[in-house]
Amino acid sequence: MTKTPDQINHDLINHDLINHDLLRPVARVSARFFLVVAMLGLVVLAGFSAWGYQLYSGIGVAGIRRPVFWGFYITNFVFWIGISHAGTLISAILRLANAGWRRPVTRCAEVITVFALCIGAMFPVIHLGRPWVAFWLVPYPNQRGLWPNYRSPLVWDFFAINTYLIGSITFLILPIIPDFALCRDKFTGWRKTLYGLLALGWRGTQRQWHRLETAMHIMAIVIIPVAVSVHTIVSWDFAMTPVPMWHSTIFAPYFVAGAIFSGIAALIVAMVFLRRFLHLEEYLPSVCFENLGKLLLLMSLLWVYFVFAERLTIWYGNHPAEVSVLWLTQSGPYRYLFWIMVACNFLIPFPLLAIKKLRTITGTCIASITVVIGMWLERYLIIVPSLSRKFLPYAWGTYRPTWAEITITAATFAGMALLYVVFAKCVPIISIWELKVGMREASESTTSVAAVSRTRPTASGRGEHGTVAGVGFNKTHRVEL
Amino acid sequence: MSHRWGMAVDLDRCNGCEACVIACRAENNIPTVGEEQAQKGRAIHWIRVERYYEGEFPDVRVKFQPVLCQQCDNAPCEPVCPTYASYHTDEGLNGQVYNRCIGTRYCANACPYTVRFFNFFNPAWDKPLHLQLNPDVSVRQVGIMEKCTFCVQRIKSAEIRAKEEKRELGDGEPAPACVQSCPPKALVFGDLNDPESELSRLARSNRGVKLLGELGTQPKVTYLQRNEWNDKNT
Repeated sequence: MTKTPDQINHDLINHDLINHDLLRPVARVSARFFLVVAMLGLVVLAGFSAWGYQLYSGIGVAGIRRPVFWGFYITNFVFWIGISHAGTLISAILRLANAGWRRPVTRCAEVITVFALCIGAMFPVIHLGRPWVAFWLVPYPNQRGLWPNYRSPLVWDFFAINTYLIGSITFLILPIIPDFALCRDKFTGWRKTLYGLLALGWRGTQRQWHRLETAMHIMAIVIIPVAVSVHTIVSWDFAMTPVPMWHSTIFAPYFVAGAIFSGIAALIVAMVFLRRFLHLEEYLPSVCFENLGKLLLLMSLLWVYFVFAERLTIWYGNHPAEVSVLWLTQSGPYRYLFWIMVACNFLIPFPLLAIKKLRTITGTCIASITVVIGMWLERYLIIVPSLSRKFLPYAWGTYRPTWAEITITAATFAGMALLYVVFAKCVPIISIWELKVGMREASESTTSVAAVSRTRPTASGRGEHGTVAGVGFNKTHRVEL
Repeated sequence: MSHRWGMAVDLDRCNGCEACVIACRAENNIPTVGEEQAQKGRAIHWIRVERYYEGEFPDVRVKFQPVLCQQCDNAPCEPVCPTYASYHTDEGLNGQVYNRCIGTRYCANACPYTVRFFNFFNPAWDKPLHLQLNPDVSVRQVGIMEKCTFCVQRIKSAEIRAKEEKRELGDGEPAPACVQSCPPKALVFGDLNDPESELSRLARSNRGVKLLGELGTQPKVTYLQRNEWNDKNT
């Protein structure tokens, strides 16, 4: 069963093998799956209980206080919106760049976006003092002619996140349609009915392929500015206020770079788990990790550059309030967190990703885990120290999270894993048709004519699921010509 | 004539007695959060007397600085509120519509003076303390931001009384509770649109400075303090 990617290239149009390997997680449910779901579900349940308790008692069960009115919840908000940049943005860029190794990666990434956005978007509601009137953020016609305040960055957030969510769901669903059709053709019983509905009448005609490709191309272009705008606006939640070290022009690109950075890291971690637990060693080859590792290295350098540029400017500017916050993090009570963050985001990942020998799957995985931790700390260190030392020393304060905030934070990570595990059980986590197209392209460019001609009868002789794979094939073939 | 309410705080007169703090609590139904919550930094004081120490022991001078909402003309708290709970009134006050507040706490983060206070839990007044509540001021439930209003209920009732009696408001007629109760008369309240009012005179004083004026918030509270520069140049 185990083969190197090179071997696959030769007899790759073995549709039965690919279908079997990639549909296996969808077709079969093991006891281990239920165990994992139950464990993750328990943590999520604990999170919802904590939220319920907070709703019942008041937001005071969280650790926020005057003057640190934002704490873990807003940290989680920024963190998860940042993670959401994994998917859609990276996958869109790789699609437009036509990077061949993207094919097994794109769907893993796009799913992260959708789920991370859903989780992140919960936090502005969780953190509200009165979440039961959260709908006042929505512009809806009402008798009293009351509208949200369009000058408020929180309202910009509302629009940006919803646009991104709708866009990324579309971007995720579009390339799944042919795979749903494959599931429909392969499965029987209620599953056939279910996937038949989800396949939206996909028959694999030339016209359908053409429309799908056009739609995906448009979405890939549109989603990039949307993704950039989302984290720009999240950064403006902070930069639009006269708070020391928040009121900064560097924040928008700094946040976007940090978001992509943490997003790639989350993607690598997710891929490592998928590879191991779904036995996708052949389909997620080390070249994917190698290339994503290089991207992560680039973002790590960019992150250090931004942090350095931000802090050096503030140090030279020497405004008392700003410098006070600066030293609070560099050498004050927040120094441990700060230097752990620097280690997690740069000192550890840099050698692991820069030295070719260490840039293995294990190496990139370790680097990615530290980056995820480091980027969470970065969001925390942006929010809390600034608020704890605003301008008037008499009103300074500190912040300690409570069990409610910690439980809800843990639940978001469990929730992300849970959604991901369930998704991978319901939908082929690797885009089967795109993989086949890619393999076909690879075999045509690298192997002899004989090899190609050898594969052709296999492709055309597929019969029942030829609608999906076969036509996808012809389509690409046509484009290639 | 429209009004533009402002205040002067004479730091040379303030002796830190905190009568203003108590008067404000009584007037505005400010909840007492309790010892435990107060330790967590959740006590609510619309006006506070900040104490700063100058010099080394034993040669120490204490400086008192009452800080309340500065009712900025260019208030950072206003544009950030997503629901217009924090807004600018016609008379230049920074209004806070309790019923419209959803508790994002964004305004409190944006405020450089840290004078906005949040209700982390529902307030409670044990019997018979509920009898002391001021009927002119609403109590605020959990999840709502509150802050100094310049005792807008007193301003409004004074305006209505003057209108009934068909006369102009006199200088110093509406007075917030803190101003009314200040024994050394360190706090002066008045109309900045009336150039003859005592407040306008004090606001023009060369002793006057704005708290964190360099941030461009344009506060309507003027702090009066004798200093070397003034002594030399006047």
